[in-house]
Amino acid sequence: MGDPVALISQWLNSLLMGWGLSAGWVVVIKSIIGVVVLCTVVLILDIFLVWVERKVVARFQDRLGPNRLGPFGIIQPIADVIKLLIKEDIRPHGADKFVYNLPPIIALATVLALWAVVPLASTIVGSELDVGVLYVVAIGGIGTLGIIMAGWASNNKYALLGAFRTVALIVSYEVPLIITLLVPVILARSMGLSTIAEKQDPVWYVVIAPLAALIMFISAQAELGRAPFDLSEAESEIVAGFHIEYTGMKFGLFYAGELLHALTLSGIISVLFFGGWRGPGAEAYPLLGVIYFFIKAFIIYWAIMWLKYSLPRIRIDHMLDFNWKFLTPLALVLVMVVALLDKLMVGFPYWQYVAIMLTANIVLVLLTLNILRSRAKGEIKRVGEPRPVATPPPPSSISSTSP
Amino acid sequence: MTPAQIIFLITAIVTLGSALMVVTTRNMVHAALWLILSLLGVSVTFVLLEAGFLAVVQVVIYIGAIAILMIFAIMLTRGISEKEGPQINRNWPWALLISLAIFAGLAWMLSSWSGLSTQIIPLDSRVDTISQLGQALVSPNHYLIPFEVASVMLLAALIGAVIIAWDGK
Repeated sequence: MGDPVALISQWLNSLLMGWGLSAGWVVVIKSIIGVVVLCTVVLILDIFLVWVERKVVARFQDRLGPNRLGPFGIIQPIADVIKLLIKEDIRPHGADKFVYNLPPIIALATVLALWAVVPLASTIVGSELDVGVLYVVAIGGIGTLGIIMAGWASNNKYALLGAFRTVALIVSYEVPLIITLLVPVILARSMGLSTIAEKQDPVWYVVIAPLAALIMFISAQAELGRAPFDLSEAESEIVAGFHIEYTGMKFGLFYAGELLHALTLSGIISVLFFGGWRGPGAEAYPLLGVIYFFIKAFIIYWAIMWLKYSLPRIRIDHMLDFNWKFLTPLALVLVMVVALLDKLMVGFPYWQYVAIMLTANIVLVLLTLNILRSRAKGEIKRVGEPRPVATPPPPSSISSTSP
Repeated sequence: MTPAQIIFLITAIVTLGSALMVVTTRNMVHAALWLILSLLGVSVTFVLLEAGFLAVVQVVIYIGAIAILMIFAIMLTRGISEKEGPQINRNWPWALLISLAIFAGLAWMLSSWSGLSTQIIPLDSRVDTISQLGQALVSPNHYLIPFEVASVMLLAALIGAVIIAWDGK
């Protein structure tokens, strides 16, 4: 019970060595088994997520949600999958065959690839990459590529418009996301996700830098393309966005990728700011850590759904203004403040360090609110002024006065 | 053959094959996508050399930024993504001559390089390569000046972009 993964690994070692394989091949076979097991677990979780999503949105909209198949409708996603699998696979006329079929795979594969660096427990992690944070950013870039390919290859103007919107959204909200990613990196002195989770002892980083956690949460919501940032699939304007032409399981892969992406980003936020697998007894029993990790991830996932189903969609210029004129400068100031304070407070007692960091965050929030309030006053005055819709052109007798 | 060698061979074939496809395919978007595959191959090569940071940065910069920008430019340019013009013009003998000369020069230079025959020493996993790289970038004895010059250049590019986009009000 202590550490099942290490036990299985040792058993596999002795078994494969007994078959006469060299150490290099044993590592390769063990990695392949690890990848298959992790992907299977995550994909099965993904089927379950469909049920969670439908059930939660139903509660927010005062409905019951799926409730016919199995207890609480838990078998419903299986029926959904069967339906998607037997649907006709349509390829639009003029679509680029190869590029059209690739994006659904990329959409799901990039999200699965993120799980390679997420530490599920103190000893259960796919790869202890020392640049885990950067890896998350890099994989996000490949995901963006899949969306552009889908939009272009569909040979559909709505799809292309949706892809452009998505890329504009993702590329711009990546900026505050990456900048706030630096805050846990500065605090933990490491870019590895496992190290960041380990260093959050005894205080989670959400206490030290709550503003960073908030900015990261908002940017993650935008990265996911979820409401209020779901301009990429605004039904009333561009039908369904980049996946308009995809049918059956190809659409299913996009949908599964989107749901899993939400859970994955929630997991990464929980690792960066909420201690990941940390909790009472998690160091002695790694399996308990896995449970803590998923509880935290699902709470953040629930908050993402909460926002998604209660807020209306915002306009595209507001969205870009919010990012470039508000989130990005705030994130930049926050990183500078955290880095400076961190360097100035070398040698301070830990609790004092935490208290000063927290105070700095709160002061920053209050300052921001103050600036916003004064801006809002000016804006109200500007909007309130009477503005003529059109000024009449001066009569020709006045304009051409020649005494 | 060890697994690392097999992985290297597959990576090398994919990288070179897709690099070849970049210049032979007639569709511009396809060429850009093949280029991305080729860049991914380079990043896998970095991983095989245990340079995780460089591998990830390769993906972030070349795929996440440059390739996406290129694809955007191709898609937003009217008609360029369908046009399938001739791939060579009448200057091809000169291009062939110059590329052969460069290839021969590189091959000659590399054949006399001692690095090709040295045995690879596996890196100690406790060596923190990123912090060493970071310290080298800001230490005056190493790469402080190139680093600062690069930062100033990026800042200049940023200001240039702002000025181009400014409508003068």
